[in-house]
Amino acid sequence: MLYDIIIDGKNFRLELNRTEGGWTCLLDGREVEVDAVLARPDVLSLRIGNMAYEVKSEHVANDLHLWVGSMRFAAEVRDPRSLRGRARTGDDSGPKKIVAPMPGKVVRLLLQEGDEVEAGAGIAVVEAMKMQNEIKSPKKGTIQKISVSEGAAVNAGDVLAIVE
Amino acid sequence: MFKKILIANRGEIAVRVLRACHEMGISAVVVYSDVDRAALHVRKADEAYPIGPAAASESYLNIPKILDVARRSGADAIHPGYGFLSENAKFARACVEAGVKFIGPTAAAMDAMGSKTRARQAMEKAGVPFVPGTSRGVESVAEAEEVAARIGYPVMLKAAAGGGGKGMRLVHAAEQLKSSLEGARSEAERSFADSEVYIEKAIINPRHIEMQVLADEHGNTVYLGERECSLQRRHQKVLEEAPSPIVDPAMRRQMGEVAVRVAQAAGYSNAGTVEFLVDQQKNFYFLEMNTRLQVEHPVTELITGLDLVHLQIRIAAGEKLPFAQEDVHIRGHAIECRIYAEDPDYNYFPSPGKITLLLAPSGPGIRRDSGMYEGWNVPIDYDPLLAKLIGYGTDRDQAISRLTRALSEYFVGGIKTNISLFRRILRDADFRAAKLDTGFLDRMLKRSEDSTVDSKSTEVAAIAAGIFAVLGAATPDARNGRPASETKTVSPWKDASRREGLR
Repeated sequence: MLYDIIIDGKNFRLELNRTEGGWTCLLDGREVEVDAVLARPDVLSLRIGNMAYEVKSEHVANDLHLWVGSMRFAAEVRDPRSLRGRARTGDDSGPKKIVAPMPGKVVRLLLQEGDEVEAGAGIAVVEAMKMQNEIKSPKKGTIQKISVSEGAAVNAGDVLAIVE
Repeated sequence: MFKKILIANRGEIAVRVLRACHEMGISAVVVYSDVDRAALHVRKADEAYPIGPAAASESYLNIPKILDVARRSGADAIHPGYGFLSENAKFARACVEAGVKFIGPTAAAMDAMGSKTRARQAMEKAGVPFVPGTSRGVESVAEAEEVAARIGYPVMLKAAAGGGGKGMRLVHAAEQLKSSLEGARSEAERSFADSEVYIEKAIINPRHIEMQVLADEHGNTVYLGERECSLQRRHQKVLEEAPSPIVDPAMRRQMGEVAVRVAQAAGYSNAGTVEFLVDQQKNFYFLEMNTRLQVEHPVTELITGLDLVHLQIRIAAGEKLPFAQEDVHIRGHAIECRIYAEDPDYNYFPSPGKITLLLAPSGPGIRRDSGMYEGWNVPIDYDPLLAKLIGYGTDRDQAISRLTRALSEYFVGGIKTNISLFRRILRDADFRAAKLDTGFLDRMLKRSEDSTVDSKSTEVAAIAAGIFAVLGAATPDARNGRPASETKTVSPWKDASRREGLR
């Protein structure tokens, strides 16, 4: 099987095949001696040559992270033959969605639709676990839309406002 | 001895107290709110009673509901844990009236200590050293300005009923005073339904050192050594250790004797903690007394060999302290990390949610007091403390190395935790040299972390990502029972591998 893998922004082409009791592995065309045991779901005991690693897989919403020991890596796995999941270009211009970083409750709205906002200025206050957190604007602009009302319960990733 | 104890709390402390009950052959009754049905303390309990909605005021803080459970279950004592009703004199009084023993001090002792201003008046009489400031709440901005000018800026505004950093403001100059006072007042009103705020001279970068005391109901009071709690963020303790690296036996005796005087002046019984601020010349000032078991009590347990919860229960049952001051010996060193559900990469915002994977450390010198388990959904409604990881060693260096090792084994997946923060603290040169004060963490966090990207580990991650994808595709149920097709990044691979398989 052929994979395009991106780890913390670095691209790898990985060819993996299961053999009788093992794996063959080509990383960017270079042969790597690999031995893997899935110790339990999301925990891989990996041997590369004789070096041993424990790798954890963490899947939250659409994000995949791999932990090698205590180091965390953002990971993306793609099918090179598929059009899906092609890198989108980052774009700072245009409307920007302000999302709740965690589940919680909107306790206060600091601005209204139509207000001017500076980069770093607070837009809403979300409370979770007894902590109030100010959600700030990532850019200077105008509040185009406020999508929540005070007192509303929000989930991580919910759009609170749009800044244009 | 009690036959049945009601634990009026949740999270790791409810589990901690429950374990003590079971160790002593006492049946444990717990209460839970709607969002805590699946909580660990309910799983471990002998009896469990629902007490209403998530909001603490309608469940864990609701005195009639909790006393009703005590009555229905036939519990003969209530352990309040920390937080919630633990320092509520009204509750202690209501327990007496309901004929159930409150495991803690009397309501009168709590009243004397619960208000920081009243505590101060009582303690001044007992000759306890204080930071200069008002011993009563300030009435007006004008009065605040006058007091602040007299003792000199910077000053600290504090809620009289406060705790956990709520209602506290550091004021550097007169022009900030008005808005800070208003902020502190409204926060105090919101958090404690009491807007009384007082002023103290701010001691910049002090150490925060506290003394554990234990008093029986027969007039015997002892101190069990100090805890260094200087590592704080937003006035919340993050890491504590015992003993304090700067306290020698003479200073320990001095602080301990003051702490015992404080407890005796208040007619105190059961476990309590006297907090001190210590300045750079090692002068110590009385800060407040916490009339409950502390979150960080395990470090004292490890260095004294005592079980504070067992002792709390024995004292409440009317037993005498089973030892005298001269029998208390300190041995070794212990450090506690408070594992919070918060995101270190996102300004330590709370991070509730489902724990998808939990790998817990163990081994020599490691104690873990935890309220979480794999598959549990951390609710948004309460304090983000998930667990406490405590390392013990012959000396401070060994405690640090054991804790560092244990942290490398600790993994909580699905939510964010501050575990990485502790790795960073424990390898910090100033921390290792025990150069600690309450500004330590803020300073450390301002420095950017030296992040060396290890190319070998990146390759390991790449190979593992591929293997996980293959295995996830081959066995869709391997991922926590989720079908692989639910996950966006994996599903194309499932399809791809199927195509491969058909070839």
